[in-house]
Amino acid sequence: MTSDARPKLAVYKFASCDGCQLALLSLEDELLSLVSEVNVAYFLEASSATLEGPYDVALVEGSVTTPHDAERIQAVRKDAKYLITIGACATAGGIQALKNWKDLDEFIRAIYATPAYIHSLKDSTPISSHVPVDFQLNGCPINKYQLLEVITALVQGRAPHLPSHSVCMECKRRGTVCVTVAQGIPCLGPLTHAGCGAICPAYNRGCYGCFGPMENPNPDSLAGHLQKVGVPPGELVRLLRGFTGYAEAFRSASEKLEKVAP
Amino acid sequence: MTQGNTGSAGLSQRTVKVDYLSRVEGEGGLYVRVERGQVREVKVDIFEPPRFFEAFLRGRHFQEVPDITARICGICPVAYQMSSVHALEAALGVTPGPEIRQLRRLLYCAEWIESHALHIYLLQAPDFLGYDSAIAMAADHPREVERALRLKKIGNDLLALLGGRATHPVSVCVGGFYKVPRRKELEALRADLEWGLEAALETVRFVAGLSFPDFAPDYEFVSVSHPDEYPMNERKIVSSAGVDIEPTEFERVFLEEHIEHSTALHSKRADTGTSYFVGPLARINLNFEKLFPRAKEAARATGIAWPCENPFMGIVVRAVELVHAYEEALAIIASYREPARSRAEFKVRAGEGCAATEAPRGVLYHRYRINDQGLVEFAKIVPPTAQNYRRMEDDLRLFLPGILERTDPEITRACENLIRNYDPCISCSTHFLKLKLDRE
Repeated sequence: MTSDARPKLAVYKFASCDGCQLALLSLEDELLSLVSEVNVAYFLEASSATLEGPYDVALVEGSVTTPHDAERIQAVRKDAKYLITIGACATAGGIQALKNWKDLDEFIRAIYATPAYIHSLKDSTPISSHVPVDFQLNGCPINKYQLLEVITALVQGRAPHLPSHSVCMECKRRGTVCVTVAQGIPCLGPLTHAGCGAICPAYNRGCYGCFGPMENPNPDSLAGHLQKVGVPPGELVRLLRGFTGYAEAFRSASEKLEKVAP
Repeated sequence: MTQGNTGSAGLSQRTVKVDYLSRVEGEGGLYVRVERGQVREVKVDIFEPPRFFEAFLRGRHFQEVPDITARICGICPVAYQMSSVHALEAALGVTPGPEIRQLRRLLYCAEWIESHALHIYLLQAPDFLGYDSAIAMAADHPREVERALRLKKIGNDLLALLGGRATHPVSVCVGGFYKVPRRKELEALRADLEWGLEAALETVRFVAGLSFPDFAPDYEFVSVSHPDEYPMNERKIVSSAGVDIEPTEFERVFLEEHIEHSTALHSKRADTGTSYFVGPLARINLNFEKLFPRAKEAARATGIAWPCENPFMGIVVRAVELVHAYEEALAIIASYREPARSRAEFKVRAGEGCAATEAPRGVLYHRYRINDQGLVEFAKIVPPTAQNYRRMEDDLRLFLPGILERTDPEITRACENLIRNYDPCISCSTHFLKLKLDRE
């Protein structure tokens, strides 16, 4: 049998909603040409056939929330040349990181009749807290075209071209009138990494930070402005503690605000 | 074969194990113990890590709830958004107008299209045709796979138009929408939707021609029911065993139980303790007459005797519902008038409310209590897959005795196929799938 020269791709799931790995299957126009270039070797959501590692590229969705998963990610890392985290859960701990500010035992008792059956770590943590990560793709969910760009770049052996500016820039490009300036709606756009295409303001609402903090954001300045226009600190804390709330910049900003007004 | 599945044969005991079920959403496994030819124990193991949605929703503002619950499932976020907003509107005493109601149904049609096209062709058809994946199937069945991808894409395009993006749309809010589409934007999708309707009818003919194992347990089917419409957004809950209740009575009739081998809670009838079946097969059996005309005609033309009790024919039902969703989407667009206001105005008040809607996989029940600041004090979410786990275990108990003569890999594959009838969404049920077969 001739050897397959295509790079081997594996897709893994940790604590997540499946929405980011679904982005691969949502590349409806590109899927068949993609699989002719890349050998999808391990992707349980799409295929019962699996090939043994090592893999050239591992896409990891989800956060680490159980002792078993904390061990599993080590094995995933050992088996992969490049490990790419996809989505807010894998890059920032996800919405389930909201428990990190709460009492886990109380959470378990609130939902499960027999707490002893449940094995959960105190915190929901990003993959980078456990193993070295080669590239992070932001978003809740990720943008499927950004995923395609990252895979294409890896196949071609170049760096991926992804924007690093804020959502604000995307609003300007789209011609959306600023919802904060014009309507006083709280918006995380000035702090948030571009990538979604500034959807929320175009739908008449504020950005809620799906793509996480951009490089060097200035949350104090935004929080100051929003408080000045009458947004209560409690609301700002909730806004910062969304799908990427456990990312460092958002986390420290919300904790600071909480000290001012618990 | 699924990785991690093992089989072993001994004099007194034989083991087949599925560690990770494939082509399902989320992660779980199966465990089966057979003693002297008798099936003794069947467990659907769910080891999807718990994420505690119902706990961390407490203290959040009601308007954040549809954004947060969407993240329970990347395949059916709209279902979570719909059950959330209906339950919260019940708590707040808000009734959105007819245009909003129609737009919500249109959004739900888009999600049914995307989810059903995915499940029919990419997840389940490979079982019937003997492939490991749709990617492998594409070499021999290029027309079907291309049709699947376009059918699915149109659903996603409609989702993106109404909600800004296909996964986790951003437009839904309590009271209505942050923004509603322009008529001409919807009109622009008409040609694609018309192609989709014909392709969906072709899909029904394709799946109706597959061969199905002979299997028909005595199910109690449960679904949402509306006097005039095929069930989606509202309102009552009915069953083939005579249940006919308002959503407020749901928790009295259906109970959730915490099982050791599962991070998902399992549901059962409160009075009899028996399992029940939710999903497309339940919907069509309880609401056949309310299908749109071409969907109904296509269902009759399959030659299946309705009501149908064979869960393997669920793939045909999904195809019929695909026709329905395309047909209804076209009808809604044809009569669409932009509402004067995208959302109802209302005053925040303390209250409690619940609702059940039809996710692509079946009944999805939500209940919330909020305080006078609009903050959530209590949340309860009962996803369709959690309601089906006990029924899946019952199915395995009935199905296994007929196939014990087969080899372990064949049994494993047959059990996985049976589970895939339910289109289990393990991420949804929160709380992962694995087959382990012990023979003694």
